[in-house]
Amino acid sequence: MENIVHGVFLFLGLITVAFVLLITVYLIIAGMPAIGELGLFNFLFGKSWGPTYAVPEFGILPFILSSVYGTAGALLLGVPVGFFTAVYLAKLAPPKVKALVGAAVSLLAGIPSVVYGLVGMLVLVPAIRSIFNVPDGASLLAAIIVLSVMVLPSIINVSMTALEAVPKEYEDASLSLGASPIETYMRVTVPAAKSGIATAVVLGVGRALGEAMAVMMVSGNAPNMPSLFESVRFLTTAVASEMSYSSGLHRQALFSIALVLFLFIMLINAALNFILKHRKEG
Amino acid sequence: MKKNGMSARRRAYEILMRGAMYLAMGITCALVLFLIFYVLIKGGANITWELLSTTPSYLSGRIGILPDILNTLYIIAATLVIVLPLGVGAAIYLTEYAENKKVVGIIEYAAETLSGIPSIIYGLVGMLFFCQFWGMKTSLLAGALTLVIMNLPTIMRTTQESLKSVPQSYREGAFGLGAGKWRVIRTVVLPSSVDGIITGCILSLGRILGESAALLFTAGFAHALNGFFDGLTSAGATLTVALYVYAKEQGEFGVAFAIAAILMVLTLLINLTATLVGRYFKKRRDI
Repeated sequence: MENIVHGVFLFLGLITVAFVLLITVYLIIAGMPAIGELGLFNFLFGKSWGPTYAVPEFGILPFILSSVYGTAGALLLGVPVGFFTAVYLAKLAPPKVKALVGAAVSLLAGIPSVVYGLVGMLVLVPAIRSIFNVPDGASLLAAIIVLSVMVLPSIINVSMTALEAVPKEYEDASLSLGASPIETYMRVTVPAAKSGIATAVVLGVGRALGEAMAVMMVSGNAPNMPSLFESVRFLTTAVASEMSYSSGLHRQALFSIALVLFLFIMLINAALNFILKHRKEG
Repeated sequence: MKKNGMSARRRAYEILMRGAMYLAMGITCALVLFLIFYVLIKGGANITWELLSTTPSYLSGRIGILPDILNTLYIIAATLVIVLPLGVGAAIYLTEYAENKKVVGIIEYAAETLSGIPSIIYGLVGMLFFCQFWGMKTSLLAGALTLVIMNLPTIMRTTQESLKSVPQSYREGAFGLGAGKWRVIRTVVLPSSVDGIITGCILSLGRILGESAALLFTAGFAHALNGFFDGLTSAGATLTVALYVYAKEQGEFGVAFAIAAILMVLTLLINLTATLVGRYFKKRRDI
């Protein structure tokens, strides 16, 4: 009896590994044929995407660059806001404020991405159109702003945990040397928590890179090379927007895009693990 | 601290940093408040009993979201029923049975990898594997199975955390009374880690409720009214997918906002429940 139970639990434990293998194998099997047919270089660095042209073109450089710029932009806006909010909440905020804002941040994390997309579509896009006087507000900028809000919760929560874990003695030592509380938090606590804050940023990269629906609703979805006020398509939205009607080589190329996205995410996971390992040793 | 004793440069730094913190806090709070009130006000005005209790009909131009509400409930139920045994079992293996550190490392790494994969990739693999390879077609069941893979790491992690916090003396006491390992787990360890399992369920609930990209190609867009078992085998849109379709493809922003307001209220409720449940179990544990 005990042996059977042990076997069952071993099986359940290994299911997770099986799922990861399943996803990896499926993406590789589905994604390789198109890359093989089109050539890796042409596929990754081709500047034009037009699967329905008379001579179909399958270059995904616009998607890769849009994803990279979009993620970088979202972090450029989101990290400072998230970081300073986290320092305030972890170190300065009165308990009541901390509890209330903490609840607000977890709400931000729980709001479905389509709701962000909807508000972005009806508030942000028209606002960008009228403020910057461009023909269509659905643009890379709109996607960046929406993503910057969506990465806030993970940046705030993870940084806060890291800041709170810094030993009190470090701060006491700094305070007793005559540094003010603010100087202590910014120059002692923050550097001591830097690997945790780095983790927060990397998690934010993962979230921004992987978001599909909200981006799809605000970015206009045209396969242009990225430009702030131009309609763009990310790697995620490239997969999502054409999947329902594609076939043949076109469909296979979409799987290849998913494979590229998957590799990006795996790279980020590796970075995350590297930071975590470093922290344990350090 | 003597404020007057500080040099002008130090004082400027102090003011700058303090200002940055208040500004960042202000932006975060303003964003949350704006999102809550904007969605609730715009959506609340569009929620009517007819919307909640009917099915869409092209003939009369009526839009109802009852099928979408039911589909969401079905998919939540199906996902949790399948993911709970898997996730709890995996957590039990990791904390109670596994002796080989390498195996534990590999499983935990796999779980971490799973939780980092974007939902659109889950949707794609779910479509290839469940809908096409297993021949389920586009159905709620295929969507639920896809969500099972997505939520497995969540259930695993929360269960594992609370299993770890069960005092070793409980197990030793039970072993000392002559109970076998499985019996100890079933009667002593699991009941004392209910809190982790419930927390995991609530977190997963929120995630399932908000998921859309993974369901687009696995569960589909249909708005047909079905019972639970018929519903599982046929295609159906959940609330989030319906929101997307109404807003992006049909330009029905009123309906989209009504759904958004419902989702927002549910998210608030789920967060509140999570906090209350956490507090309740913490109190119980402290006694």
